[in-house]
Amino acid sequence: MSAWLQLSAPAVLVVPAVAAVILALVPSYRLGAAINVLAALITFIAGLVLLGHRPSPGQYLLVDDLNLFLIVLDTFVGLTTSVFSASYIAHELETGRLTPGYLRFYHAMYQTLMFAMNLALLSNNIGLMWVAIELATLTTVLMVGIYRTPAALEAAWKYFILGSVGIALALFGTILVYLAARPVVGQGVDAMTWTTLIGHAPTFDPALLDLAFVFLLLGYGTKVGLAPLHAWLPDAHAEGPTPISAVLSGLLLNVAIYAVLRFKILLTANAQALAPGSLMIALGLASVVFAALMLYGRRDIKRMFAYSSIEHMGLITFAFGMGGPLASFAGLLHMAMHSLTKSAIFFSVGHIAQVKGTQKIAEIRGLTESHPVLGWGLVLGVVAIAGLPPFGLFMSEFLIITTTIAREPLLAAPLGLGILLGIGALSLRLQGLAFGPPSPSPGAVQASHVPFLVHIALVLAAGVYLPPAVVTWFRGVAALVG
Amino acid sequence: MQGLSYDVAHLLAGLLVLLSLMLLYQDRMYALLRFFAAHALVLALAVAWQAYIQDAPHLYITALIALVFKAVIIPGALHRIVQRLGIHKTIETVVGVGPTIMLGIALIALSILVMRPVTEQADVLTREDLAFALSVLLLGLLMMVTRRNAVSQIVGFMSLENGLILAATGAKGMPFVVEISIAFSVVIAFIVIGIFLFRIRERFDTVDVAALDRSRGERP
Repeated sequence: MSAWLQLSAPAVLVVPAVAAVILALVPSYRLGAAINVLAALITFIAGLVLLGHRPSPGQYLLVDDLNLFLIVLDTFVGLTTSVFSASYIAHELETGRLTPGYLRFYHAMYQTLMFAMNLALLSNNIGLMWVAIELATLTTVLMVGIYRTPAALEAAWKYFILGSVGIALALFGTILVYLAARPVVGQGVDAMTWTTLIGHAPTFDPALLDLAFVFLLLGYGTKVGLAPLHAWLPDAHAEGPTPISAVLSGLLLNVAIYAVLRFKILLTANAQALAPGSLMIALGLASVVFAALMLYGRRDIKRMFAYSSIEHMGLITFAFGMGGPLASFAGLLHMAMHSLTKSAIFFSVGHIAQVKGTQKIAEIRGLTESHPVLGWGLVLGVVAIAGLPPFGLFMSEFLIITTTIAREPLLAAPLGLGILLGIGALSLRLQGLAFGPPSPSPGAVQASHVPFLVHIALVLAAGVYLPPAVVTWFRGVAALVG
Repeated sequence: MQGLSYDVAHLLAGLLVLLSLMLLYQDRMYALLRFFAAHALVLALAVAWQAYIQDAPHLYITALIALVFKAVIIPGALHRIVQRLGIHKTIETVVGVGPTIMLGIALIALSILVMRPVTEQADVLTREDLAFALSVLLLGLLMMVTRRNAVSQIVGFMSLENGLILAATGAKGMPFVVEISIAFSVVIAFIVIGIFLFRIRERFDTVDVAALDRSRGERP
């Protein structure tokens, strides 16, 4: 039995990898969708098993409190998105936007993306983490361009170029970390192994670490979508298939933040290195205010929620930049809550765009009347993402703002303003989308509401009552992050 | 021997920076591709020299990849694309040649100013290599922002990536260098094949990225 449990860490990686190969070979899209869900389910179970049986860190893989909660979140959202994806693609096939050949490719890429993200989270080696994030970027680039429309190709191209620049900067930062570690740890793989690095961090050359962190923050920050490096994000979200928007916003951005956090821990461990907080605060705050302003005047519904993702990523980066037990706790909670809420919104938006046959906000009206479940679902989702009570995001945003007021009152004003502007823009758009006389809805769709409802229920539950076990867990991680 | 190994490495890295600077103002497509092939060739030599002086045989693989893939195959493929698409005329540059070169020189100065003080503990060769590598990287970035044409943006990206490989081989004993260079080659192959297969030209009638901007979903 325990031998089986030992296999759960590799299983989180092996199952998606094997599934990707199988899916590339299975011609039937129905069977493909089923295998996709099944593989995601097995990966999720393996992730849950990891909770109970944590393997000791090896040279390449590491399981600790920080990545374990992200693994569970990642595999869970991967599972629900695969369920949503099954009903979404059936409609895309009917309308002829995708062909069975492309779907085979799509499913294989979906599992490859899961593999890459899990590898990035689990890797105990900063070089391996870099390779995994690059793989994740490449697979999403391919999926964003899958519709082959001019807009989709443009989005994929932009994402590709900006993503590559980001990934190149991150590699330079990784090389600099290696150089900082080499005199202390010695040549070879050890100088890139996370557990060794963190053990020796206090004796690293602080100047090199500082420079490395600047490159890493800018590099992985591009993947997080922090302003002013965010330009790829709205296009990629708007033009790709909606399940991919959900995974991008819900998971891939989190993985990039995770990478930044790992290096933040490294810098915090070195007393002479610069405090990484102020840089993260500046980038985070800029993203919040910028995205909140950009939310006004969006004409495309998916693009609007993509800007909302930039805002929340900014908020999370800001929270981790503030640091300390409370702010880091809030940042972690916000990561989890945003991931669940934003993917839920994309589930609902995906079906809405299908029934209305358009993504233009102006052409979608009166959803609560024509499609009560989708419409009220969207209302709930937007209320949650705006950070209003009683949902979980309210709690984390409240914590972030109160900590800011207590510690940096001057920063609280622009932050609060950004959040309020965001709420204003979202509620303004929501009115038109959800209420009033309905616009014609040409498409009929077999919507799957279960993934959406599960996510919203979880976010609501977390907002009303956060189980003590989760609180203790996040406290532990917050202490680790610093 | 120490003197010679340092001199040659220094010479090759410096040559790479010089070629990066020259790439900036190539306004003809074919010339740009030829200069990039030279860039990759110099990189291959620099990496091979590092492999020799560090006694690290696996680096020869990276050198070989740079030589075969980046100096021969990719420029050849891009040459064909340029020919097929009929865009071998001049490339418009967003900023003029003069300002671009001035900016490029400023970036080189910046990277030397930034890298020298922070690498004081490292040996001389690593210090010089890193400063040069950062210059190549920044010049590649500059090229990507000043060019509007998709093919020259790719060339900019590849020269940027050459800088990274230089840095990675200069960092003595760094693991994964070969894997990383392979990963990058896969990425580049992806883009080139992407341009070739999906025929951006058929969609847009041009490989000019400005045309891509016009087809944004944002504007009705």
